[in-house]
Amino acid sequence: MRSFSLGDFLSLLSALQWTAVLVVIALGFGAPLALLLALMRTSASRALRWTATAFLQLVQGVPLLGLLMFFYFGMPVFLGVEMPPLVAVGIAMTVYTASFLGEIWRGGIEAVKHEQWEAAACLGLSTWHQFRYVIAPQAFRMALPPTVGFLVQLIKGTSLASIVGFVELARAGQLVSAATFQPLLVYSIVAAIYFAACLPLTLWARSLEVRLNGAR
Amino acid sequence: MALVDIRNVTKSYGSTQVLKGVSLDIKEGEIVTIIGKSGSGKSTLLRCINALERIDGGEITVEGQSVRTDMPNLRDFRQRVGIVFQAFNLFPHMTVERNITLAPVLNKRIAKSEGRALALDVLARVGLADKIDAYPAQLSGGQQQRVAIARCLAMRPHLMLFDEVTSALDPELVGEVLKVMEDMARQGMTMVLVTHEMGFARNVASKIVFMHQGRVWEEGPPAELFANPRTPELQSFIASAR
Repeated sequence: MRSFSLGDFLSLLSALQWTAVLVVIALGFGAPLALLLALMRTSASRALRWTATAFLQLVQGVPLLGLLMFFYFGMPVFLGVEMPPLVAVGIAMTVYTASFLGEIWRGGIEAVKHEQWEAAACLGLSTWHQFRYVIAPQAFRMALPPTVGFLVQLIKGTSLASIVGFVELARAGQLVSAATFQPLLVYSIVAAIYFAACLPLTLWARSLEVRLNGAR
Repeated sequence: MALVDIRNVTKSYGSTQVLKGVSLDIKEGEIVTIIGKSGSGKSTLLRCINALERIDGGEITVEGQSVRTDMPNLRDFRQRVGIVFQAFNLFPHMTVERNITLAPVLNKRIAKSEGRALALDVLARVGLADKIDAYPAQLSGGQQQRVAIARCLAMRPHLMLFDEVTSALDPELVGEVLKVMEDMARQGMTMVLVTHEMGFARNVASKIVFMHQGRVWEEGPPAELFANPRTPELQSFIASAR
């Protein structure tokens, strides 16, 4: 047994990198998928709407922990595919992000008045151009505060990856705690680091909300 | 040949029939004003001309082409038939210039400098060249509606539809919009208006169409129609609109 040292603190901070990697993966793959889901949910085709809705219901009805377990422990059993933790966690976080961001963005798209589509159509714009230039920028503005809010959820959610042995901030906390036998101190520091990472985002989301509401 | 030929058009929303066999001709250069009580089907008819609403029966042709919501060249058609709405429907996140040039840039791929010149040209026609860099929220309702008209003009339409374009405006702002429309009428634009502005109908229109219960109840030149309404429905409408 040894006491908590600066080196332990630095190892916690460096584990924060892996938390960041998970967030980047979740956003990098999840955001395009979220856009696709939002478009499917608002499309005229019933088949597309139903497919997207079924996917969302399934994913949102399962806790993130369940998704992580499924992709890490379940995939080898069901599909015979062995996955390294980063891949399994990455897929679970991507699916989770896509479903929640997809719903937030759908709300943004639907909040733009129908007349805006109509006016754009009457100028002879293609459906894609109507969305790309007229609807999406307005939808994005409205969806930005809840999107940033979700980012905070996502950062905290990555801590669940520790369950499958992926060493990010929370898992690093467990390891340091086991080595130093000072769980109260270590976990308090871990919590403070999460808080420090999330606070600016929370403040940003709030200021965006005030600013955008004031603007229109 | 008529620019717009409407033959026996019917249209229902659910079980409510809003157009019950409407026929109407609009010739090039005509200013046709559709009047009538709310619920008479006048806005619906206007929206059918632009394929914003699907018709159930009959036929509408514009420049000899049958108008359908699934017509093959709908996008080209929409650029030839401009429409201005009651609620302006400008794009709030774009400057006046961008509102005007968006469609020409995307559809006709005109250059940026050309777009600026085009925007200045059509803005001059509605008296707002100095507002080219403003955002819609910085303009009054009357100015926004004039920008919406300019946005339409930038597509060089052959026909323009106006759907109660002054109804959402404060009374003191109505005049500036009507003046722009009068100028356009003088320059020979073919125009179809749904309006409650009886003064405009009387003084500028070349033809008045009175709709009642989903039908064209009476039509004719304004002088004749207002002086000698034949039906009691039009008589009471004129009396109440005064």
